[in-house]
Amino acid sequence: MMFAQVPPTTDPPVPTEFSTPDVDAWLILPLLVLIGGAVLLLMVASLVKSLQDGRFAAYATTAIAASAAICVIPLWARLNADGASSTFNGAVGFDGFSLFITVMICISVALTALVAAQYLIDEGFGGVEFYVLMLLSAAGGVVMASANDLIVLFLGLEVLSIAVYVLVASQLRRFASTEAGLKYFLLGAFSSAFLLYGIALVYGATGSTNMSTIKDFLAGNLLTNNALLLAGFALMLVGLGFKVAAVPFHAWTPDVYEGAPSPVVGFMASVVKAAGFAALIRVFVVTFSTYASDWQPAIYALAVLSLLGGSIAAVVQTNVKRMLAYSSISHAGFILVGVQAATDDGVRAALFYVAAYSVMIVGTFGVVTVFGGEGDHAHSLDDYRGLGRRRPALAFALTILLLSQAGVPFTVGFFAKLEIITAAVGAGSQWLGVIAMLAAVIAAYLYLRIVVSLFMQDADEEAEPVRLRTPDTAVAAIAIAVAAVMFFGIVPGPLDDVARDAVPVLVTRG
Amino acid sequence: MMGFASTIFASGGTVDFPLLSALIAIPAAGAVLLTLLPRSRPELFRQIAVLLSVATGAISIWLLAAFDSGVDGFQFRTEHSWVSDLGISWLLGVDGISLFLIVLTGILFPIAIMAEEPDRDPKQYYAWLLLLEAGCMGVFMALDLVMFFIFFEIVLVPMYFLIGRWGHGNRVFAATKFFLYTMAGSALMLVGIVTLAVLDASRGGHALTFSLEILGDSQALAESSSWTARFVFLSFALAFAVKVPIFPLHTWLPDAHTEAPTAGSVILAGVMLKLGTYGFLRFGLFLFPEASVYFAPLFVALGVIGILYGAVVATMQRDLKRLVAYSSVAHLGFIVLGTFSLNSEGITGGLLQMVNHGVSTGALFLLVGMIYQRRHTRMIDELGGLQKSAPIMAGVFMLVMLSSIGLPGLNGFVGEYLTLLGAFMAHRWWAVIATVGVILAAVYLLWAYQRVFHGPAEGENADMPDLRFSEGLLLLPLLGLILFMGIYPKPVIERMEPSIDALIDHIEEYVEDFTEPTNDVLVATGAGHGEDTEHSGDTDDGEGSEGADE
Repeated sequence: MMFAQVPPTTDPPVPTEFSTPDVDAWLILPLLVLIGGAVLLLMVASLVKSLQDGRFAAYATTAIAASAAICVIPLWARLNADGASSTFNGAVGFDGFSLFITVMICISVALTALVAAQYLIDEGFGGVEFYVLMLLSAAGGVVMASANDLIVLFLGLEVLSIAVYVLVASQLRRFASTEAGLKYFLLGAFSSAFLLYGIALVYGATGSTNMSTIKDFLAGNLLTNNALLLAGFALMLVGLGFKVAAVPFHAWTPDVYEGAPSPVVGFMASVVKAAGFAALIRVFVVTFSTYASDWQPAIYALAVLSLLGGSIAAVVQTNVKRMLAYSSISHAGFILVGVQAATDDGVRAALFYVAAYSVMIVGTFGVVTVFGGEGDHAHSLDDYRGLGRRRPALAFALTILLLSQAGVPFTVGFFAKLEIITAAVGAGSQWLGVIAMLAAVIAAYLYLRIVVSLFMQDADEEAEPVRLRTPDTAVAAIAIAVAAVMFFGIVPGPLDDVARDAVPVLVTRG
Repeated sequence: MMGFASTIFASGGTVDFPLLSALIAIPAAGAVLLTLLPRSRPELFRQIAVLLSVATGAISIWLLAAFDSGVDGFQFRTEHSWVSDLGISWLLGVDGISLFLIVLTGILFPIAIMAEEPDRDPKQYYAWLLLLEAGCMGVFMALDLVMFFIFFEIVLVPMYFLIGRWGHGNRVFAATKFFLYTMAGSALMLVGIVTLAVLDASRGGHALTFSLEILGDSQALAESSSWTARFVFLSFALAFAVKVPIFPLHTWLPDAHTEAPTAGSVILAGVMLKLGTYGFLRFGLFLFPEASVYFAPLFVALGVIGILYGAVVATMQRDLKRLVAYSSVAHLGFIVLGTFSLNSEGITGGLLQMVNHGVSTGALFLLVGMIYQRRHTRMIDELGGLQKSAPIMAGVFMLVMLSSIGLPGLNGFVGEYLTLLGAFMAHRWWAVIATVGVILAAVYLLWAYQRVFHGPAEGENADMPDLRFSEGLLLLPLLGLILFMGIYPKPVIERMEPSIDALIDHIEEYVEDFTEPTNDVLVATGAGHGEDTEHSGDTDDGEGSEGADE
């Protein structure tokens, strides 16, 4: 052991011989499906020439993601019967929380694949690699959500991130895409370093990287000097704050969202955010629960900054993708309000919000992908003028998705906000709730600006209209998103029940 | 009809047929139906919209006939669990306070829908109008706070599109201002609603509930520091004050009213402004009696300022529609004044005035819309002498205008009289100042009438076509109501009164040193301050209707 002195309560048993931990492969079935599917897809497409067309890969990806999501159903039943457990010697957890995030990630991947299908072919960078990377990235997200060990968490984060770096930069013909990829990579590498260093410090303070052990240790021992631990918290918060794009770790977001190919942005805003919040909740709300009073003020501050910073900065933008980037920061602030509550209600609200937001944003970027036209460049508000007349159905779909983001009733966005506010008030943070609602109003102005462009302003007569293609696959994905947004906006009960059952139970070793 | 209805609804107003849900569901289903119809059948859109809104109106009148006037509680209650985990339920009910607003909504919507054919996208236009009707109905019937909030918010969306797409002039600005203003107002109400429910649940140790009756009776905030309750009250009051609108939060109103299409203006003035004043009565006073009494002087003062300000600004207007819009600020000031007089006369007057204002101002906006259709201008300077070319229209305009001024014998008088009576008992000097507003109303409306209809008719004014038969038919129900409610308001008042008295009893029960300000107090002390006078105010029930019968 080369690490700093650990204060162990009992001497760890020295293993006499190397033994592999017991693995219950069933518990990580969705993960296996995603990774196996990705590898298989890569192999098949490389071997069979006729399948290298992007369309096959898109359908295959959708099928793989959907089957990974379906795998969760028997696991969910098993969870309800046997309760939460862990495998890989306690390093990977199996509970409602991990399953919930897994399903959300799979749904986002499936929808993104449909959105991307025709886009990639038209833009000329459609190969099977794009989809393989997406599946691998999603697998990383699933690992993050089910990690019960900080090292595994880091592993998942890196798998997720590295694939996304490539995806962001994948549109080689557009300089902005490459630039965004490089920016995201450099800053992302920094944030990973922060996270890793934070993990090291927490290990130094507690003597373990296993979350269950850390939780027990913190609950059972009183540290005479907790500076190391708190420094670890701070660094981990920086690392995860970067992934969820919380102010002040958000600076990359607008540039990357603007530069990256539109379907990738939808993927980032849903999958990366969901995985980031999953890690944040499991690390802070669950593992560090005994130190809640220490980290809560920090999250409170991040929430306030993200809410106000995101929505205010969004209002002055003129590029729709940048607007949505800033608004995604504001949404991160909303979810942080739920995290900050550090209660079961808070976690449930955050999960509900993550689920709702994932679907909304994938759908939104689906429409944005279509409206971007040839070359994926027509994203200024002026370019969106008159689309209400040219593409009434899509414009209407975008309106519903935007109104849902604004939290208008009869869309799932309303109940997401209601749950967050209820959790905040229940935890005694009424004023944070007030700030959140004010931020929502400011953000509403931004959504209205887009709606105004779509429906209430006519296109510039002289400018040549952007050529638009409306591929069936993208339309299908958008339709699914809109239907989900409306359905859960009227009948939120099922989603709410699942989110409640998914509130994390940190598993114990064994 | 009454006999038939009372046999069906004999059991305290519970029926198998969900009348109230139908009032929401029919227009909502109509909106969905219109969206699904193919674009190639444009003639169907208007027919369906008219048919369904008339059906809704008919059901609302059926509701009126079936309503049991002697009961003070909620009738036709419908309750279903909606989001059980959060304690939200589909909880509807009607009492004397909401009954006439529902009927008003039911009557005004078909008229607004028939008033004008949109210049483009008829399908979406009618779909939004029907959705708006469903939302307005929902607001007046919801007894669950979250449900109320949902309907209160959802009405913004159709109105936003109606103004922004089918409006005039600076419509995008007006629509956006309207949306943001009202959304900002109600954003804090959501926090207030949740705070109230969470405190109630933690105090009572039960699951979260948003039921109005439970929250109103448990008064969870009464025991915590009085400022908690007052803050929560203010979060509600802000939402309602923007919607009313109470001075100085009224600036969205002239823009929205002026730029909206005729149907939008009629609904805005006739129905949507009432969402705020209704909210004060149903939620503000009922949930926060202490805070309402505490802040009553503030709202009385703002109401009176609104009356004078609205009247003075209306006098200055050169745009006829803007003039009517500002007159709404003044009229709504009367309603606020009456409501916060916190006595039977004042609240009855305020409630009557809500209905009256809906009828009169709705009719005024219809008439202004008809003038605009013919002359393509609303500028008073450019109009003149219309009486010669359109005598019938001038007559109708005269009648509606006099009702708006509050001429005895027409509906406006009854409401205004009761409001001032109630205000006089509660806040004598404010009432005296408010009376000036009555005179100012006569000034700006009569002056406008004179400039538009009298004098020499030149150019296009000389040969403006008169009211068409169909237009007259459209105005007929409103004119009938103006006369009926002016001459014989008793059936209206006697349905309102039990609920209003119950509300005042509720306030007296929960606020220790509050007694309803009444006439006796004035006579007994002569000072107008009744806090230390013991008295039980049951004698004034008759007075209200007597005063109204004049």
